Amino acid sequence: MSAPQNSDHALSPEELAEVVARDIPAGAYVNLGIGQPTLVSNYLSPEDDVTLHTENGMLGMGAEAKGDEVDADLINAGKIPVVETEGCSYFHHADSFAMMRGGHLDCCVLGAFQVDQNGNLANWHTGKPGAIPAVGGAMDLATGAKQTFVMMTLQTKKGQSKLVAECDMPLTGVGCVSRIYTDKAVFLIEEDGVRVRETFGIGFDELTELVDIELKPAN
Amino acid sequence: MLNIADSVAAAVEPIHDGACVMIGGFGVAGQPVELIDALIENGAKDLTVVNNNAGNGDVGLAKLIQLGRVKKIICSFPRQADSWHFDEKYHAGEIELEVVPQGNLAERIRAAGAGIGAFYTPTGYGTPLAEGKEVRELDGKHQVLEYPIHADFSLTKAHTADTAGNLVYRKTARNFGPIMAAAAKHSIVQVSEIVERGQIDPEVVVTPGIYVDTVVKLEAPKQVDPREEGAA
Repeated sequence: MSAPQNSDHALSPEELAEVVARDIPAGAYVNLGIGQPTLVSNYLSPEDDVTLHTENGMLGMGAEAKGDEVDADLINAGKIPVVETEGCSYFHHADSFAMMRGGHLDCCVLGAFQVDQNGNLANWHTGKPGAIPAVGGAMDLATGAKQTFVMMTLQTKKGQSKLVAECDMPLTGVGCVSRIYTDKAVFLIEEDGVRVRETFGIGFDELTELVDIELKPAN
Repeated sequence: MLNIADSVAAAVEPIHDGACVMIGGFGVAGQPVELIDALIENGAKDLTVVNNNAGNGDVGLAKLIQLGRVKKIICSFPRQADSWHFDEKYHAGEIELEVVPQGNLAERIRAAGAGIGAFYTPTGYGTPLAEGKEVRELDGKHQVLEYPIHADFSLTKAHTADTAGNLVYRKTARNFGPIMAAAAKHSIVQVSEIVERGQIDPEVVVTPGIYVDTVVKLEAPKQVDPREEGAA
């Protein structure tokens, strides 16, 4: 059993963002979560005709604003000033979340603390006592988009796998993740288990040593 | 009938102790900075505040919290790099927190304005934020019962009002403005300009005047650089 190894090294966040961008279909409406997923926008070209949604109330979000372009009334969900693109639109918060919750967004890309083999996602709260919970739009995105992709490093800084048999951190969404992009491999969560589409800087057999669940190569 | 207030102090004068106050804005965009400052001056206490966040830095909502005037906050994202006043009150047990997924927050506010008694949504199912809530399986999905959030007052910011109370906004500063104005018994809106009836194209009105009780025009609204505020 094997899966293609498509790089001689583990991918940097930028290289991984390029892999995610290639998988976003032309014409899609997409929400990119705060942090690493934002990098994906750097690898989408106008020919891809991908429309970015930002949950504070805009479709057709453009790049980060520079210099004179900065307008305090035009920011993204990360509160970074951005610019308009041609054909963009504004709407209020309930409409913005209705298009997410109503299943109109083709795809969202989120960061994660943990994902388990059933596609359960934990990305909002470590569950540590005394930690102040803060959720933002994560639960709405995870549950509402047609497809939820996760982008993360495979392991924590301490070397523990973030792809687990069962999340032990508080959940963000149940069975919502369909694909996990990591620095070491791309995982597909399917009916019959977790499949590995490709690996980066590591072979399939070695990868199975790092993760405590059964992995199969993709069909 | 629309009340056009002479000052922000006059606009917030009716806000009383124990009131539930919705405050618009996402980051600095749409934040009714001057109305919040006026609420600080007004002195009302034991407030329940509905906002996306729980204050940033030492000004605005953060200052209101620091002064101990907020007994409860309903928000989606309280914890930020510069939310130290909230953090301190929270850890001291001096402020009650209800964390709500942002889409539920928006929809619960919208529901209040639309007279909806409650609604079911898949958001939050299976998470700690749905604990103790009624769940039904509808349309093949587990859905959680959520109730509207009503308020006594809303403080929001729009760009232009006409003398009928119709509002238009600017860019992403719209955010919570329209739904909070509809959800509050008494909506208070700060604007950059007030024009006569007929001066706003009816096709582009975002918030119809029926939802607006008080407007106040600010001669020179505070300019805040969004890069100077902590990111969520």
